[in-house]
Amino acid sequence: MNQNQKIKRRTWLGGAATAAVVLVQTSFGKVMQRAVTEKETATSDPTKKLGPLPGEVGTRSPFEKLQKKPSDTSSRTPLQDLYGTLTPSDLHYERHHGGVPAIDPEKYELLIHGMVKKPMVFKLRDLKQFPSVSRIMFLECSGNYRGNKEELSPQEICGLTSQSEWTGVMLSTLFREVGVDPRATWFLAEGSDAAVMTRSIPLQKGWEDTMLAYAQNGEAIRPEQGYPARLVLPGWEGNTCVKWIRRIEISDQPFMTREETSKYTEAIGGGKIRQFSFVMDARSIITYPAYPNPVEKGWIELRGIAWSGRGRIVRVEISTNDGRSWSAAELQGPVLDKAHTGFRYLWHWNGDETAIMSRAVDETGYVQPTLKQLSDARGGNTGGYHFNPVTAWIIKRDGRVLFRPEAKK
Amino acid sequence: MRNRYTDQPDKTPLYIILLVVLCACKGQPDFNNENISLKDTASWPQSFGFGRLASSHDIDTLDIDIRPDGKGLPYGSGTVSQGKAIYAAKCALCHGKTGTEGPFNPLVTKTDTASSSKEPGKEKTIGNYWPYATTLYDYINRAMPFNTPGSLTPDEVYSLTAFLLHANNIVDSSAVMNAQTLPQVNMPARALFVPDDRSGGTEIK
Repeated sequence: MNQNQKIKRRTWLGGAATAAVVLVQTSFGKVMQRAVTEKETATSDPTKKLGPLPGEVGTRSPFEKLQKKPSDTSSRTPLQDLYGTLTPSDLHYERHHGGVPAIDPEKYELLIHGMVKKPMVFKLRDLKQFPSVSRIMFLECSGNYRGNKEELSPQEICGLTSQSEWTGVMLSTLFREVGVDPRATWFLAEGSDAAVMTRSIPLQKGWEDTMLAYAQNGEAIRPEQGYPARLVLPGWEGNTCVKWIRRIEISDQPFMTREETSKYTEAIGGGKIRQFSFVMDARSIITYPAYPNPVEKGWIELRGIAWSGRGRIVRVEISTNDGRSWSAAELQGPVLDKAHTGFRYLWHWNGDETAIMSRAVDETGYVQPTLKQLSDARGGNTGGYHFNPVTAWIIKRDGRVLFRPEAKK
Repeated sequence: MRNRYTDQPDKTPLYIILLVVLCACKGQPDFNNENISLKDTASWPQSFGFGRLASSHDIDTLDIDIRPDGKGLPYGSGTVSQGKAIYAAKCALCHGKTGTEGPFNPLVTKTDTASSSKEPGKEKTIGNYWPYATTLYDYINRAMPFNTPGSLTPDEVYSLTAFLLHANNIVDSSAVMNAQTLPQVNMPARALFVPDDRSGGTEIK
């Protein structure tokens, strides 16, 4: 505690300018008292000034600096700054291959053709007339991993996952409308971005649970998320959830597009490359404590999210002693299928350096692996798509929290 | 049994029987997920009638995809030497003078074939990582050049495809690419690709 910041009795009683004492937080997380002058109080006391009247659009508090972290190819959700499991729409991660297209909803059309009885064109208003569904689920890019240095936040390690309530029409409803040929086995989904991005998708997923979504968290989908319509495939890698969708072609074979051959595939050892790795395996991350925010000795509620593309999270286990023992975290209900699930674990930190980590277990019995387990299973590869290792945070004696890089340099 | 799309079935609806059987088989109720709307479509009309029939013009305008068997390839052709000139003018800025330098997505392999590279993925080039030659046409045609996508003619795309295949030692310098020859090209990386076999459970893959 900085002695100069303490309020002296003389100042407190005699200083005319001192109007109140407030608690402030330093950059190292320490809370201390500070005197506030009358002038400051007059302008900062919300009870002494009429606020803005009701408006048309809400705003985020100017004290909250929430930002995605953009690179040339993607923009990451600030997981360490969020609460609960729903991602504010403007903080949903972005990954696109030819920028964000501007699409006039009045001119928007979706063509479904190929192995169908009736090739059809649907305007946006047509899509909205069909029976609708809403579903809360996560979307995650399968390239969602970074781990090369200690100074990495959850946003940087795995901020390419976000969760929304999506609303739209089931693709099965549209399949039924166009009369899909029973001999068909795949379909091509094509976006109307500058990359005219395409993926081949097994038809079965289209019949099962794929949604053609036009709304996100109660409003029209944001341009960055596919306005005015996109696919959402529950639990499958984000790249298959084609945004700005303009065309679906029903076929009896995959099209072997660039994304599903030279990009979204991973080397798995033995000279082999795994293709059509659609499902996102279970993963979790502790988002508090986490870099860059330091902690203080004492009671700490560990918080984080866990998710699986194969179903529900049934358990999240926490280790506060570098993996020597594990205990179950409390899950925040309702635990939804293929959705971010909040977890928490109350821990008393005695101030010694340690490593904390979480591992997710899903309803198939899959236990989130360590980096070594993944690397051993994939011929020594320590990266690539579908890389979901346990994340360890080192808690230093001075309270700093650092990511523990485990990949080979 | 009556048509499933008519309004009233005459006995216990089939979907209820199926539901019971389904639940019994899976050992847990399937319909208790408050988060999924599993649609029972028995009471739906055969067609909602929303949308319109697509014309052949609607389809032809948008249907640009090329399959591995060559379906979709347009009329036209191109040579390695034609492709070399187009590459220098429109591609080299991003992919490098010879296709190996970048800065973006090196296209040309520095090794002979896929099999000579011990671990695929260290170098993801056309020569050692692309399993189908038709993908080259499809992708260049739809998305390249990056700043002027969709601006190349079929002859230009065929030429670039020929040049890039040659630069990767896959076809010789006299090769002509067209709708007949391109699907016949064997890509070295083809044999490396295996389908996903992960299925959850205890095994890490």
